[in-house]
Amino acid sequence: MNALSIRNLRKTYNNGFEALKGINLDVDEGDFFALLGPNGAGKSTAIGIISSLINESSGSVSIFGYDLKTDRSRAKSCLGLVPQEVNFNQFDTVKSILFNQAGYYGTPRKLALQRTEHCLKQMDLWDKRDTVSRRLSGGMKRRVMIARAMVHAPRLLILDEPTAGVDIEIRRAMWKMMQEVNEQGTTIILTTHYLEEAESLCRNIAIIDQGLIVENSDMTSLLARLHVDHFVLDLAEPLAEVPSIPGYQLERATDKALNVAVPKETGLNQLFSQLSALNIKVISLKNKSNRLEQLFMDLIESKSSGVKQ
Amino acid sequence: MNYSIALRTIVIKEVFRFIRIWPQTLLPPAITTALYFLIFGKLIGGRIGAIDGASYMDYIVPGIILMSVISHSYANVVSSFYSTKFQRNIEELLVAPVPNWVILGGYVSGGIIRGLLVGLVVALISLLFADIAVNNALITLSIAILTATLFSMAGFINALLAESFDDISIIPNFVLTPLSYLGGVFYSVQMLPGVWQTVSRGNPILYMINAFRYGLIGVTDVDIQLAYIITGGFIAALALFSLFLLHKGIGIKN
Repeated sequence: MNALSIRNLRKTYNNGFEALKGINLDVDEGDFFALLGPNGAGKSTAIGIISSLINESSGSVSIFGYDLKTDRSRAKSCLGLVPQEVNFNQFDTVKSILFNQAGYYGTPRKLALQRTEHCLKQMDLWDKRDTVSRRLSGGMKRRVMIARAMVHAPRLLILDEPTAGVDIEIRRAMWKMMQEVNEQGTTIILTTHYLEEAESLCRNIAIIDQGLIVENSDMTSLLARLHVDHFVLDLAEPLAEVPSIPGYQLERATDKALNVAVPKETGLNQLFSQLSALNIKVISLKNKSNRLEQLFMDLIESKSSGVKQ
Repeated sequence: MNYSIALRTIVIKEVFRFIRIWPQTLLPPAITTALYFLIFGKLIGGRIGAIDGASYMDYIVPGIILMSVISHSYANVVSSFYSTKFQRNIEELLVAPVPNWVILGGYVSGGIIRGLLVGLVVALISLLFADIAVNNALITLSIAILTATLFSMAGFINALLAESFDDISIIPNFVLTPLSYLGGVFYSVQMLPGVWQTVSRGNPILYMINAFRYGLIGVTDVDIQLAYIITGGFIAALALFSLFLLHKGIGIKN
């Protein structure tokens, strides 16, 4: 069953800007799905429509088979949203934020208290339950939003850049938590600008650009399409000039570092042999960029150049 | 889905909100109206004499109580709902399966409760200055509730349409306060020259204040049935308009 099904969704804002140009998208139940795209691509508009924060111009959205227009209440009951920006009442306590949200979903008081406790403990926020939310750190506020989105036990959770601006330790803790939630059966749709996050967490991916879905496939086959890896070589000695090695593209990064593009079918052995022959000593090697990031940039750039042409 | 839980949640949240900040919401009307009673009722009113057989102090008490109900029911909803919009926590309600009538009902109920609570505080203060025996409790209470409902809805619409904090102070300052003062709080409309009597009868607040005055002290310048019709008509119109705005997402959705 599809957790989310979008058909020919269009949105034109009052100023005439066409944010969505008729997108179609299916997300399977239980999936961990990445919805990526550059700023202004239409991600937030799509999420806004799915979560009833923005009115669509045309098209349809159904959540677990419930149409968002004709079966609004049941469709909404299946959905939890973690928005990009903090949007809870900063004067409320952490506990009351979750308890009230459970109430909006019609959860009886006793169950709402139980769910509030469960979600706050899951997010490691139970000891902050009586703290006024504006006194929390940025990372804690993000966790409050995740806990709030889960308090009615949604079947589909949309996380709109949940780790933006949080330090790496908290980010990794949140990744672990998201994986646990997904393993417990909740379908997750993640938007993020940290592409390594999407690569390590998500099984399927859609890339949206200029209001259109430009890529929609599973992560493994998408990454398999990447033909070239990019590395940075740190050298022992400064280079007078950049060597020319057939089959590889090299360019100077700094005096003592080289950027190199390595075709997958060629591999690295030949490169190192050639560098040794030229008496260039490599002391370390690292990936220049994340693989998905490279692919993402290729897709967006090729689409943009197509539009310009 | 059980919408009564969502409705109750909004109402309780709203009531806790204004009780939590009682020095801003409940204390000021007590002080302001005590001064009204002291200055207008006791000091100046003593020299004015009776109006329609009631002492001036007794005459102004109902108007001041209802004026407090009007301004506080309006202020509660307009400030609370606009803050909800401003902080974007309206999104909590929009994402959840809460129908528009529950959102409207929840916020309006919060406004009614604050309006009536402030009215009660002012009424208790008035007992220090006047000795009022309620003429008709049913009319008194029903007019107070209907008036609070009407102005809570008006506050809700103001909050929906407002785009800045300035927008939520324009109506209370430039429309509500003048209409309340000119609605016969401190005088009988019969005391005005002919043309101003006619103009005053176009002010809906005049009917509510007079009906409330009738309920409390048995004195009125207007027909009580007409007061109910006007108040009920405004409530129906504002409710429909509020639901229309919510349905279209005006002021809260893109």
